[in-house]
Amino acid sequence: MQFEFNEEQLALQESVRRFLTQRYDFETRRNSLAKPTGSSDEIWQAFAEQGFLSIGLPEAHGGIGGATELMLTMEEIGRALVLEPYLSTVALCAPLIADHGTDSQQADLLPRVAAGGLKLALAHGEAEARYAPTVRTEARRAGDSYVLNGAKATVPDGAVADLLLVSARMKDGAGKDLAVFLVDPNAPGVRLVRYRTQDGRSAADVFFDDVKLPAGEKMLGVGDATAAIERAVQRGIAALCAEAVGAMEAANATTIEYTKSRKQFGQPIGRFQALQHRMADMYVQATQARSMSILATGRCAAQGMEKGDEALRRRDVSAAKCYVGKAARFVGQQAVQLHGGMGMADELAVSHYFKRLTMIDMTFGDSTHHLAVVSDSILLESHT
Amino acid sequence: MDLEYSAAEKLFRDEIRAFIGKNLPKEVAAKVLGHKRLSREDIIGWHRILHTRGWSGPTWPKEFGGPGWTAVEQHIFDEECTAAGAPPVIAFGVRMVAPVIMKYGSAAQQQFFLPRILSGEHWWCQGYSEPGAGSDLASLKTTAVRRGDAYVVNGQKTWNTLGHFADWMFCLARTSTEGRSQEGISFLLIDMKTKGITVRPIALIDGEYEVNEVWLDDVEVPVAQRVGEENKGWTYAKYLLTHERVNIARLGESKRELRSLKAIAARVSNDGRPLIEDVRFRDAIAALEIELRALEYTVLGVLSAEAAGRDPGAISSALKISGSEIQQTLSELKMRALGPRALPHVPEALDAGWQGEPSGAEWWAALSGRYFNMRKTSIYSGSNEIQRNIIAHRLLGL
Repeated sequence: MQFEFNEEQLALQESVRRFLTQRYDFETRRNSLAKPTGSSDEIWQAFAEQGFLSIGLPEAHGGIGGATELMLTMEEIGRALVLEPYLSTVALCAPLIADHGTDSQQADLLPRVAAGGLKLALAHGEAEARYAPTVRTEARRAGDSYVLNGAKATVPDGAVADLLLVSARMKDGAGKDLAVFLVDPNAPGVRLVRYRTQDGRSAADVFFDDVKLPAGEKMLGVGDATAAIERAVQRGIAALCAEAVGAMEAANATTIEYTKSRKQFGQPIGRFQALQHRMADMYVQATQARSMSILATGRCAAQGMEKGDEALRRRDVSAAKCYVGKAARFVGQQAVQLHGGMGMADELAVSHYFKRLTMIDMTFGDSTHHLAVVSDSILLESHT
Repeated sequence: MDLEYSAAEKLFRDEIRAFIGKNLPKEVAAKVLGHKRLSREDIIGWHRILHTRGWSGPTWPKEFGGPGWTAVEQHIFDEECTAAGAPPVIAFGVRMVAPVIMKYGSAAQQQFFLPRILSGEHWWCQGYSEPGAGSDLASLKTTAVRRGDAYVVNGQKTWNTLGHFADWMFCLARTSTEGRSQEGISFLLIDMKTKGITVRPIALIDGEYEVNEVWLDDVEVPVAQRVGEENKGWTYAKYLLTHERVNIARLGESKRELRSLKAIAARVSNDGRPLIEDVRFRDAIAALEIELRALEYTVLGVLSAEAAGRDPGAISSALKISGSEIQQTLSELKMRALGPRALPHVPEALDAGWQGEPSGAEWWAALSGRYFNMRKTSIYSGSNEIQRNIIAHRLLGL
């Protein structure tokens, strides 16, 4: 057992941090924020040149590193409050293609991801399902094609994606329950309602009206995709946890700095014990959140697909998301509180950290949802 | 990064588990798991059994007779012992005074005391707190006045845990009133049989006997029983505290208590159905399990950092806060699981083997008392408020 990162991993994290400090400071970020989609193509190309978009991809397609490297990168993404669709493209969708795509799909899509020419989004969640994995969008076979009908709600980064990975229920799937289709957002029958999110990113509601998709080309892989989608979402959760860790560490750091410089009653407010203890609690939660983020990444990276492994992975990923979601909410709220009135201002980074941390909790199941997953597993365990 | 134990660590765990399975007396384990009263013999007996195997000082290096285990191996040992219901290691000797003697004691002190701690011949207790010196320990007033080859010690110590079982006490006493209050303190090793020592029990919230007041009245302590230099005792006391880095989280114990909580929730009838089927109660268990998971992986991260030769810093304060809050919530939920059966006070049911009425008291009578008792965890070893001060000052630079 060892939790240490090797020198190459730490060097990679350091290089990502240095790049983002230089090229993605708070003012540069404002430029991305001011764009209609909250995303800068120039930055995205720079990510590609730095190799950031290749992290975790299979080596055969130019990939570098694995789950641990991705986690460390996501911490920096969180620290710099990166708006671009890194998580959707690199952490969520590319591994799903690598795991489940056919050889030709991988060869076609993954190098384009690495080169910065293809942004991806996972269109999975549906409005009626809230956080449940229920899929009502359906695909019917019609000759050599499938016909897609249904709707997806609040697809993260859906407004900027070049290609959507859409989960659908198979109506005549010959043993297949769920499949993932590769859908061009500009294809006939696809309608996107694009909007910005509270944290400055973008998302979309996506509607499918008799969208015709050639079977071999546009259906991801061949077998049933239920397990592949669950794993993809779990990896997305692990990446979100790491992003939250970076954002919490940064929110704590800016709060400590602020309380050292802000003076009231003739002294820095950081000298007041009531505030010190709050910051100690913020530190403890952020520290333990990082442990849970490491746990989630470790569970997702494990190759084991035995029944027990699957249950353990589900439970620990949910435990991590629940803990991190709660910690993110607490740290975000208290960071604003300790900044006083300035915490409410758009001009300081702290309000942006707070919004991102809040929305991380609300994505892929909030802390209450994941508490229920752990709670239900305790009931199951008591029956065995 | 690897979250799993290595093959060698798993073999080590199996070896520990097999030894405990064969040698831990069943009736002692039943007392520990059921929170029954433990005798001195229950605790020292297990210590002696471990000593026969060379494991009574699990944190000790080989040069002083310990097994020389890595931090991860020590953790596995603790987890296995705790899970099986072994009595706790006698911490004041093995974990607290021994590392100080190893680092700062004279060769004669090392040769005399360390083997006797390992064998169980000496039971140690702590003489730190005083009625006027709790969180502000450095304000202690017990005096040690040099007279020839001895100090004459006068004062009052309190919150002395299991001093009525102890043979020796490590004690902080003031040898100077000059300079800062931390600068005039010496670290003395005192034989509890010395003339002038009086041990008086303090009645506690749960009605049990665990801590004492210790009065020192012209107690003569040979100068040879001072550790290190005169007036440098505060340094040694602080070293002792930093040595208690991971154990303070009580991880193994809380993992065991979580299993026990779930078993109780499955056993208690809630209007004819197992209580664990009640979503509200079960969610409270789930929330606690998640907190414990976060603590567990933080502790494992600290062990891993230590194994890699990195100093994880003042993180023990964070482990203390989380660990103690988890211990308290566990005991609270175990009590609350009982519903109205939390009310009866049946102290006789805390003796092993008791059978009587009210029916079932032999398994539930200890739980409310344990809840009251566990309030101590956020107060002792530096209250959680003091721990937050330490985090703010040392880790956050405030």
